[in-house]
Amino acid sequence: MKALTIEHLNKTYRNGFEALKDINLTVEEGDFFALLGPNGAGKSTTISILTSLVTKSSGSVKIFDADLDSQMELAKSYIGLVPQEFNFNGFEQVKHILVTQAGYYGVPAKEAEPRADALLKQLGLWEKRHTASRSLSGGMKRRLMIARALVHNPRLLILDEPTAGVDIELRRSMWVFLREINQRGTTIILTTHYLEEAENLCRNIAIIDKGRIVEHTDMKSLLNRLDKETFVLDLLEPLTDSSILNGIAYHQVDANTIEVELHRQEGLNGLFSELTKRGIKVGSMKNKVNRLEELFLTLVERPESAE
Amino acid sequence: MNHRYQLHWIAFSTIVTREIRRFLRIWAQTLLPPAITMTLYFIIFGNLIGSRIGEMDGFSYMEYIAPGIIMMAIINNAYSNVASSFFSAKFQNHIEELMVSPVPNYIILAGYVAGGAARGLFVGLIVTLVSLIFTKLTVQHIGITISMVFLSAIMFALGGFINALYARSFDEISIIPTFVLTPLTYLGGVFYSISLLPEFWQNISMLNPVLYMVNAFRYGLLGVSDIPVAAAFAIILLFIAALTTYALYLLHKGTGLRN
Repeated sequence: MKALTIEHLNKTYRNGFEALKDINLTVEEGDFFALLGPNGAGKSTTISILTSLVTKSSGSVKIFDADLDSQMELAKSYIGLVPQEFNFNGFEQVKHILVTQAGYYGVPAKEAEPRADALLKQLGLWEKRHTASRSLSGGMKRRLMIARALVHNPRLLILDEPTAGVDIELRRSMWVFLREINQRGTTIILTTHYLEEAENLCRNIAIIDKGRIVEHTDMKSLLNRLDKETFVLDLLEPLTDSSILNGIAYHQVDANTIEVELHRQEGLNGLFSELTKRGIKVGSMKNKVNRLEELFLTLVERPESAE
Repeated sequence: MNHRYQLHWIAFSTIVTREIRRFLRIWAQTLLPPAITMTLYFIIFGNLIGSRIGEMDGFSYMEYIAPGIIMMAIINNAYSNVASSFFSAKFQNHIEELMVSPVPNYIILAGYVAGGAARGLFVGLIVTLVSLIFTKLTVQHIGITISMVFLSAIMFALGGFINALYARSFDEISIIPTFVLTPLTYLGGVFYSISLLPEFWQNISMLNPVLYMVNAFRYGLLGVSDIPVAAAFAIILLFIAALTTYALYLLHKGTGLRN
């Protein structure tokens, strides 16, 4: 079953700005789906239309076969939204926020309270349950928004930049949590600026740019399209004689660091045997930029040159 | 009960509970000021000045103005509760919690209006208790008294909701109370009988909906009124129907909420 079906979706704002141009998109049930795009590409408009915060100009949206126009209540009941900006009542207590949100979805308080308690414990907010939400730290506020989105057990969880401004440790613990939620059957749509996050978590991806979908595929085939990668090599000893690397296309960053660009078919073995032969010892190696990032930059530039 | 309506009922009671929790949490801003203001009205107008005015329509001045002061408190608080709560929800963006949820528009409206009416009634009760310190209150027509209290609170809560939908700043939720609501209540027969006015101003006063509420409520308590009570009910019900329709239309259009 499709968790989301978008057909010919268009949005033109009152000022004439065309935010979405004939968007077609499907997300399978159980998927962990990335919706990526540069700032102003149309990601947030798409999400706002799915969650009824923005009215579409034309086109159709179905959430688990429930049409957003004709079966709005049913369609909305399937969705849990983690928005980009904090949007809870800062004066309300953390637990009240969750129980109230559940009530909007028809979950009675006696059922919502144990659910809220469980989520607060899972997300490390239990100690803060009676605190006014405005007193929480930034990371706690992000977790509160995730708990709020999950309290009515949605089938489709939409996360709009859930880890923006969150430290790496918390970000990784959120990844673990989201993977668990997904494995338990919740379909997840994620937008993020951290492409490493999308590459790590998501199985399928759509890239939106200037209001159009420029790519809609699975993550593996997209990454396979990357035909060259740049690696950063940290050398154990400083490179004093650059002639020692003759024949290898490289760029020296500093005495102990070089960057090497490799075509996919070349593989790493050849490079390492060459370096070993020449007595160069490599301490560590990493990709210069995330692989998805390399592709992303290529893809979002394409329509600009086509227009 | 049909499952769908059961969900609606839970959503409605959730909104009402949250609204009541809100005005109780900030009682120093919501419950205390009207109690103090109305006490001052009773002391200054009722006791100090009223003792020199003498009787009005056969009642002591204090007794005569008590229903109007109670009604004024109900009207102001029902209105300002919805206006400030709904506008704050817009301002802080937590109205989005409701907008993304499956709660239908009529439940959003009913929930906020019931919350506002609850504050109006709560404050009305406080002011009634305060008035008992200064004067005796009898109830001549219990049904009229109770229904007028509820209907007036609902009508002005609806007004507050529409104001909050249109408002883009906190200034805009104080314009209507300051420039419309306050003059209407002061000129609505709270402190005087319109029979004291020249005929021209009596006719102008008849256009003021607050006059009907105050007088119908006074009739419920004291048994005297400047206007026919049936006309008061008809006018209030008409206003409630018109304001409900308009508020639902604005919600459907997404005025002040959706792009």
